[in-house]
Amino acid sequence: MKDTIEIRWHGRGGQGAKTAALLLADVAFKTGKYVQGFPEYGPERMGAPITAYNRLSDQPITVHSNIYEPDLVAVVDDSLLETIDVTHGLGPEGAVIVNSQKSREEILPHLRGYQGRVYVIDARDISVKALGKYFPNSPMLAAVVAVSGVMDRKVFLQEMRASYQHKFAKKPEVIDGNMKALELTFEALG
Amino acid sequence: MAIRERLSGNEAVAYAIKQINPDVMPAFPITPSTEIPQYVANYIANGELDTEFIHVESEHSAMSATLGASAAGARALTATSSCGMALMWEELYVAASDRLPIVLALVNRALTGPININADHSDSMGARDSGWIQIYAESNQEVYDNFLQAFPIAEDPRVHLPVMICQDGFITSHGVENILLVEDDKVKDFVGEYHPEHFLLNSKEPIAVGPYAVSNYYMETKRGQREAMKNAREVILELAARFEEMTGRHYGFFEEYAMEDAEYVIVLIGSAAGTCKAAVDRIRRTTGKKVGLCKIRVFRPFPEEELAQALKDRRAVAILDRSEMFSATGGPLGAEVRAALYSAKAQAEVVNYLYGLGGRDITVEDFERVYGRLEEIAETHQIPDMYEYIGLRSK
Repeated sequence: MKDTIEIRWHGRGGQGAKTAALLLADVAFKTGKYVQGFPEYGPERMGAPITAYNRLSDQPITVHSNIYEPDLVAVVDDSLLETIDVTHGLGPEGAVIVNSQKSREEILPHLRGYQGRVYVIDARDISVKALGKYFPNSPMLAAVVAVSGVMDRKVFLQEMRASYQHKFAKKPEVIDGNMKALELTFEALG
Repeated sequence: MAIRERLSGNEAVAYAIKQINPDVMPAFPITPSTEIPQYVANYIANGELDTEFIHVESEHSAMSATLGASAAGARALTATSSCGMALMWEELYVAASDRLPIVLALVNRALTGPININADHSDSMGARDSGWIQIYAESNQEVYDNFLQAFPIAEDPRVHLPVMICQDGFITSHGVENILLVEDDKVKDFVGEYHPEHFLLNSKEPIAVGPYAVSNYYMETKRGQREAMKNAREVILELAARFEEMTGRHYGFFEEYAMEDAEYVIVLIGSAAGTCKAAVDRIRRTTGKKVGLCKIRVFRPFPEEELAQALKDRRAVAILDRSEMFSATGGPLGAEVRAALYSAKAQAEVVNYLYGLGGRDITVEDFERVYGRLEEIAETHQIPDMYEYIGLRSK
């Protein structure tokens, strides 16, 4: 395995791709890793395409550039596939995770011939089942952890429960729903 | 034991402010400001900090109110970025000439024209002649560490100058990284209490601050500022030594990375240094070529002699600027390093690059190309342009 796992997130402003990248950095930090989580800012508008990044490593990380050859790409909104080459720079040994209600067969033609692993998860369905509302962050985060293998799933779930307990101290009712979303995503990915 | 955390650069500075608990923070918390005043306001609202936060109507007023608070005898600071700093322009000079030990948390971002919000040094480089001490950071750790040293430098009786603590917009300000925080009690001991010698609210010693200075006085005032800037050199190093005792982390005017035997050297400021270090490591590991990095931490006062000593016997040196000054011959760091090398009668070949303007990314591969170019220059002694560009699409 490479020293550093590099992840690129594609989303739209307001969907939480940046938050997901920061959450991943947070949970990886808690398992003892060196982490980076950072957004690439353009004009700040709801709905505009945004990119966020993670570097996760057992060694200190000094590089401060964006990521051009990621190990993993997470696409929070499948409408981006039409305009953005999301797998650009992603090698065949890498993987792309697309959040979509479409089937894998429908998504594949939009990936411009990408040869590596492709995972399609329906974060909307999972989120609505688990939380009653559509928040793609938790399913996408679980998918990235499952596909990257960057940390043990059990440890991840423990740390996420602690994070949610802290983050939702005033809304404890959503903690179990978010945990459920993580678990359903793990089940969906096998 | 240091506290292991992960914070953005903005969070790190806000945390340092919380630990220092200064008296007054006027700020204009809207774009182009940063999250720093927002986080500080949260600490105050939560009762974790008793700093007097003044909501002002502009950055012009933010620095004006900071001046007033500092002149009155308070430990005062503000935070801004980009055009926000441009609107403070007049007061930057006033703070320096009034010898007020103000600290400014600056997030370096491009000045508008065209509109851009990303990392670029044009804001603080434009203010390099304003009389402020300027200290720059590569990482969130460094901006935090620099911030803890800022007030003791500014308030030292030998100095009495305002200090600008700079970090690169978004790259460190909004990027989350691992960081080691110093415990609150150690920070309090390190920064100490502020006891101004002269201040407006001292009824036993009526003074004027910032009066009109006719030609008979203006020049001596400027000379005084220059002496203070010279004194700042030893004070900055003393504080760095004390900081190293406390944390084990070493700081100086600049950091020398793989410089012992380096023949090809890059000189730059800020977050790109980390990317350059990765290039240095890769080149040395794969080719054994002797490449090194000199990262400027303190730009004002400018460490001319020390830099010249560090650079003069190298084969070739590339100076990288993240701001234009439109001399049409290079950037501000390039001009000053060249002048230093000239004074030292250095033989090294020198080339100046512009990079990263308006947030243009710079990669490990870009740095590898610059080192390759330095080798060519050392061989051919040919430098067709006074300065070149990194990452420019077309000329």
